[in-house]
Amino acid sequence: MNSRALELLVGLFVAAGIAALFMLAMTVSNLASYGNGDGYEIRARFDNIGGLKVRSPVAASGVRIGRVTAIDYDQGDYVAVVTMVIEPRYNKFSIDTSASVLTSGLLGEQYVGLEPGAEDDYLKNGSKIDITQSALVLEQIIGQFLYSKSDEKN
Amino acid sequence: MLLSRIETLGRMTLGFIQRLGRGNLFLLQVLASMAGLVLRPALLIRQLYSVGVQTLIIIIVAGLFVGMVMGLQSYYALVDFGAEDSVSVMVVLSLLRELGPVVTALLFAGRAGSALTAEIGLMKATEQLSGMEMMAVNPIERVVAPRFLAGVISMPLLAAIFSAVGVVGAYLVAVQLLGLDSGAFWSQAQAKVDLIDDLGNGMIKALVFGFIVAWIAVFEGYDCIPTSEGLGQATTRTVVHSSLAILGMDFVLTALMFGK
Repeated sequence: MNSRALELLVGLFVAAGIAALFMLAMTVSNLASYGNGDGYEIRARFDNIGGLKVRSPVAASGVRIGRVTAIDYDQGDYVAVVTMVIEPRYNKFSIDTSASVLTSGLLGEQYVGLEPGAEDDYLKNGSKIDITQSALVLEQIIGQFLYSKSDEKN
Repeated sequence: MLLSRIETLGRMTLGFIQRLGRGNLFLLQVLASMAGLVLRPALLIRQLYSVGVQTLIIIIVAGLFVGMVMGLQSYYALVDFGAEDSVSVMVVLSLLRELGPVVTALLFAGRAGSALTAEIGLMKATEQLSGMEMMAVNPIERVVAPRFLAGVISMPLLAAIFSAVGVVGAYLVAVQLLGLDSGAFWSQAQAKVDLIDDLGNGMIKALVFGFIVAWIAVFEGYDCIPTSEGLGQATTRTVVHSSLAILGMDFVLTALMFGK
């Protein structure tokens, strides 16, 4: 085989390999959620975040509008501090917006749901959400259920 | 009787350690002579052809069928729970994290690694390597380094092609044959598969496996006993040792990467 055909085939091979990588990155991975790192940062304090993780989605009315960027524990108040970045085009959340840790489906992954309030001022970079609702922990619900059952008997 | 057994055991252990040391020194020599390749890219391209391009067919066919079987099996397993939309997540994660790199490396060891060993071993048996040394050509730089580097470059590319073709195979079975929703197939995968954690780590695995297979293959060829029997043994050893090293290394890498 002459060297030109050889070089052509090797070039095609390398191109096919890179194209395959590119295709995997574009179609089956979360590449789309990487680029938009910019946006404004807000904080919320939860008693319990359940299984929330860094990079979990933040959604309003089920629409993904940002993601969780950091999760810390505040030892002073014994609460979890969740930092999230919201895409800049969604900038009209009032300052009395409430945040809750929700689960998608019965056993799905957990995400932060935002519920807008009625104030005229909007959340901006560094704002804090005051009204929060913790994740539902199955053991606690079952525990409460059992207690209420035993109360009924007495 | 007993003493001679113990002697044999000792000799085998020493021989093993000696071979291990020789292999590592050989690797250093190969890496040191890598710089000379910049001046002669044609050597590398020829090896990329015989190591990479000629392995492509088996990788594509294997990837397609592995993807199709995975799609079918995970569909049957998940449909009982009404979770058949997750077929793509299961197939894509298994392909990117494990099957892509591992199966590609096993096929690569069988198809390209054995050929490398046989080629270099035959050069040694027919004294071509000694002939090069006589002409003041360094055989490691001229023969071994391009083959080694071609192996290291080809493996990640082949693994990426394997995974991509596998995903297409799973798509064909799940969406075209079994009637899953095409949008759900892709969006489920996009929601659960991470670019760096899954795709990136899979490619690192493929690179490590390529390094191991290429190293074992060129060393076995260069170190073989230059007879027809020794050449046969060296080729067998390449395939067996590469496969074992790949599977063992896969466990270590998986524990390091995903063991959080």
